Amino acid sequence: MSHPATTVDPSGPGPGREAGTGVGPHDEAEGIAIARKRASDGKKAERRLGWMLCAPAVIVMAAVAGYPLVYAIWMSLNRADLRLPDDNQFIGFSNYVTILSSPIWWHAVWITLLITVVSVFFELVFGMLLALVMHRALVGRGLVRTVALIPYAIVTVVAAFSWRYAFEQGTGWLAGDSAPLTSQGSSLAIIILAEVWKTIPFMALLLMAGLALVPEDLLKAAAMDGASPWQRFWTITLPMLKPALLVALLFRTLDAFRIFDNIFVLTAGNNDTSSVSMITYNNLIGGLNLGIGSAMSVLIFVMVAIIAFLFIKLFGAAAPGSDSGGRK
Amino acid sequence: MAEIELDHVVKRYPDGALAVQDFNLTIADKEFIILVGPSGCGKSTTLNMVAGLEDITQGELRIDGKVMNTVAPKDRDIAMVFQSYALYPHMTVAENMGFPLRLAKVDKATIRQKVEEAAEMLELTQHLDRKPSNLSGGQRQRVAMGRAIVRSPKAFLMDEPLSNLDAKLRVQMRTQVSRIQKTLGTTTLYVTHDQTEAMTLGDRVVVMRAGIIQQVGAPQELYDAPKNIFVAGFIGSPSMNFLPAQINGGQVTTALGTVDLPDELRRAVESRGGGGEVIIGIRPEHFEIGRLKEGVPGGRFNATFDIVESMGSDIFAYFTLSGSGAKSKELEELAADTGQESLGGDGIQVGVRLDPEARVSDGSTAELWYDTSKLHIFDLKSGENLTHEVAKASSAASTVDGPGARNASAAAASAAVGDGGADTAGADPLRKD
Amino acid sequence: MTTLAELNSTPGKKAAWWVADIAVVIYALIPVIWTISLSLKTPGNINDGKYLPTGGMSFESYQAIFKDTVFTRALINSIGICLISTAIALLLGVFAAYAIARLDFPGKKLMIMMSLLVAMFPQIALITPLFKIETAIGIFDTWPGLIIPYVTFALPLAIYTLSAFFREIPWELEKAAKMDGATPFQAFKDVIAPLALPGVFTTAILVFISCWNDFLYALSLTSTSAARTVPAAMSYFTGATTYEVPVGPITAAAVVITIPVLVLVLLFQRRIVAGLTNGAVKG
Repeated sequence: MSHPATTVDPSGPGPGREAGTGVGPHDEAEGIAIARKRASDGKKAERRLGWMLCAPAVIVMAAVAGYPLVYAIWMSLNRADLRLPDDNQFIGFSNYVTILSSPIWWHAVWITLLITVVSVFFELVFGMLLALVMHRALVGRGLVRTVALIPYAIVTVVAAFSWRYAFEQGTGWLAGDSAPLTSQGSSLAIIILAEVWKTIPFMALLLMAGLALVPEDLLKAAAMDGASPWQRFWTITLPMLKPALLVALLFRTLDAFRIFDNIFVLTAGNNDTSSVSMITYNNLIGGLNLGIGSAMSVLIFVMVAIIAFLFIKLFGAAAPGSDSGGRK
Repeated sequence: MAEIELDHVVKRYPDGALAVQDFNLTIADKEFIILVGPSGCGKSTTLNMVAGLEDITQGELRIDGKVMNTVAPKDRDIAMVFQSYALYPHMTVAENMGFPLRLAKVDKATIRQKVEEAAEMLELTQHLDRKPSNLSGGQRQRVAMGRAIVRSPKAFLMDEPLSNLDAKLRVQMRTQVSRIQKTLGTTTLYVTHDQTEAMTLGDRVVVMRAGIIQQVGAPQELYDAPKNIFVAGFIGSPSMNFLPAQINGGQVTTALGTVDLPDELRRAVESRGGGGEVIIGIRPEHFEIGRLKEGVPGGRFNATFDIVESMGSDIFAYFTLSGSGAKSKELEELAADTGQESLGGDGIQVGVRLDPEARVSDGSTAELWYDTSKLHIFDLKSGENLTHEVAKASSAASTVDGPGARNASAAAASAAVGDGGADTAGADPLRKD
Repeated sequence: MTTLAELNSTPGKKAAWWVADIAVVIYALIPVIWTISLSLKTPGNINDGKYLPTGGMSFESYQAIFKDTVFTRALINSIGICLISTAIALLLGVFAAYAIARLDFPGKKLMIMMSLLVAMFPQIALITPLFKIETAIGIFDTWPGLIIPYVTFALPLAIYTLSAFFREIPWELEKAAKMDGATPFQAFKDVIAPLALPGVFTTAILVFISCWNDFLYALSLTSTSAARTVPAAMSYFTGATTYEVPVGPITAAAVVITIPVLVLVLLFQRRIVAGLTNGAVKG
């Protein structure tokens, strides 16, 4: 009702005007001035309150994530090896040169990308299946929705130990005669299995929320128009699911790219299974080479930023929370 | 109990847009005023300004003579019923209704007593301990009313309170709202976009368009004597038929033929300097089948009916006249508001209400008569009703006016708009008289 | 509303859905039961390679870890650090989320972008600077040393989830409260806060789970059992001899830290699902 677009025919007084006197040009300017002043007073108060309420969170995030990032960038330009504390000095981009010319680093990058792509792919497939079951199951829907949360609730390290002992010779019920955690291929497969198992529910929940937004009537209409279940999924559900799908993919891709816990517990990076986070950790905590470690951190940060940028720009994934809907 | 005055009230947004323009209205104590108009006409903005939820850009709002412009809503002693009801979901019905009293630090025993009284009046007694989510739409609406009633405020503001109910409940609740208001005698300002509610509820109706008051008056007066083409088209269902017309020396020519203009109307048009191109308006009930009006003066023509709807007590029949329809900004706006803009097609659609004796059917042709003394003649440019004074005089002659006569006039309006009979007494559990 | 699937419901289809349900149950429970099974096996049959502890059960491993101060200390650390972090993140998150959901102010987009950035931040990138800074100001290997990064990385989650919940509160209620005679504070206390509470509670669970799950910071920003949480402590468990992997105690510890979260999740399943999905999709 109170839509600001409500305007009055400027061509003159409307038909049947009750009031004899109109609003003259002088009053009009004054009215606009009053309205503007009130609005700007209100806006100012609102702005001040908004800033005040956000300030604590912003300060914490800036101090704990922003400042250290700057610090890390600075350190990455220095020789900073805790084993040689007297040899600290500014060395420009040497650390980056060292890293980028190291086959170990590139190997870790490829391993990380491999784990990311493969695990996100399986998460998507199984997550979609789980989402469909959770959304559509005729029987036991509550049971499925509850049980599916279990992997989400379990600490990654705990699940990783479970998989490790399952595949370790001696304890393992899945180990058989071989020792799958001692060769690269099977180790990677197990790492991916652990990662996928833990994160299917998260993927499924996001997709299920998207499924809930697909109007049931649309599917009924399509069924009446003769679309098979498969056609309905491809031509109606999937396109309408796209926003939810992209958000889920973005979150999971970035998360998978940072994989650390599972590798640490399952192989500790042995058999050439180190991810970029893993070798960075080893350089920092194991090797105490803060310069190299920091440079690696910065490189990971850049890669993550590139992935996010690609998702948002290329696929049009909406950054969640970026609208201001729901106000009023 | 209070008198509410809006004195040259203006609502202007910072971007310069005017939502309400020079609004003048004095609402008498105990009066039931309806603000009606299409979406975006400024009626809700006006209500919110009275409530204090939106500020007044210019002009003055007085309640019982005291200027209220800058008084906080909570200190205005006004209760409001929202379209969405705005019930507090975490409180029971009793807690919802008692909330305003609790805030006013009324003691518990009194709160309970007042809540119980209101609950009884609204037939909510057995639901007092339930949460709003467990109530039906009609019950929620009554709780919202109850919350307004318990504190005995100076005035009620109602923002389309019935629009979320289904058609049948709406009719029931309409009667109930009217009864409650009459019992309590609380000054009420009621916003709606539904002209039927406007016609049946109010002592006076304020029709708004684009932020400007078009006409203020008793429902029957608005129906009989609309001031302009907008009010004429907005009030009444089925709505008035509009035809382009040519006035030439006492005769009016339309797609229905050329007829003599009754003297009164001719004088009215001439005194306003009208003539030439005009738009005439005829209400559906001012048509009748020719043979039932043998010898009665009026216009006559032959029509072939496209659709005939027999309602039992009436027959609604529709036919199409060749030629192009009346063109007016106001009419286009009305059509857009009711979503009928695309339905025009070629020709002029005319709807008539006939006596059941007419015995017409789809596709049949019959001679129709229309009452030329009930014609409304609108200026083509300004849309003003040139025959307003004549219509007003004849309306006043046939109706006893004034707030006390609301029931009579509401009943007449209800019958006139063709949904009478739906809101029968049996539907209203509160009827005590 | 009847769904399309329900319209086509036949006994055969029902059976098919049961099969799907069972597949989900198996998927979710296999590693869980396996871990419990390992924790209950006796030292003698822990290496039998059987899925279930058919060779005999004992609570020896549980008794062992609760006797060991390394574990009990870690458990206290985990609970204390995660609870405090959750409380702080919620407090800050409620303020910011309210502002984002309700107010219009310049910099709001920036604020959203910033929390998104932090949510996507590679945690590993902060290890070194945090290590250096915490050592410098003397909070390395202390509770605050972990609470600070936990709060930071829980904030985006808290802000998103809470602002989604806040948006669901019909603000017309606030207007209604005003008309009913409430001051702004009363409107907040009597109307908005009670309605926001379930959302805050759900967010608390999600934030707690995310802190509880952390491993990297617990591993890198501690050096003794003073602040080491259970996930990190587990990887430092040692057996009687260096060569003996303490499978029993590790799995027992795993079960112990899993139970509280599992109970929370199962009890509040509906709310958690709502919380996880609201923020991300409706945004």
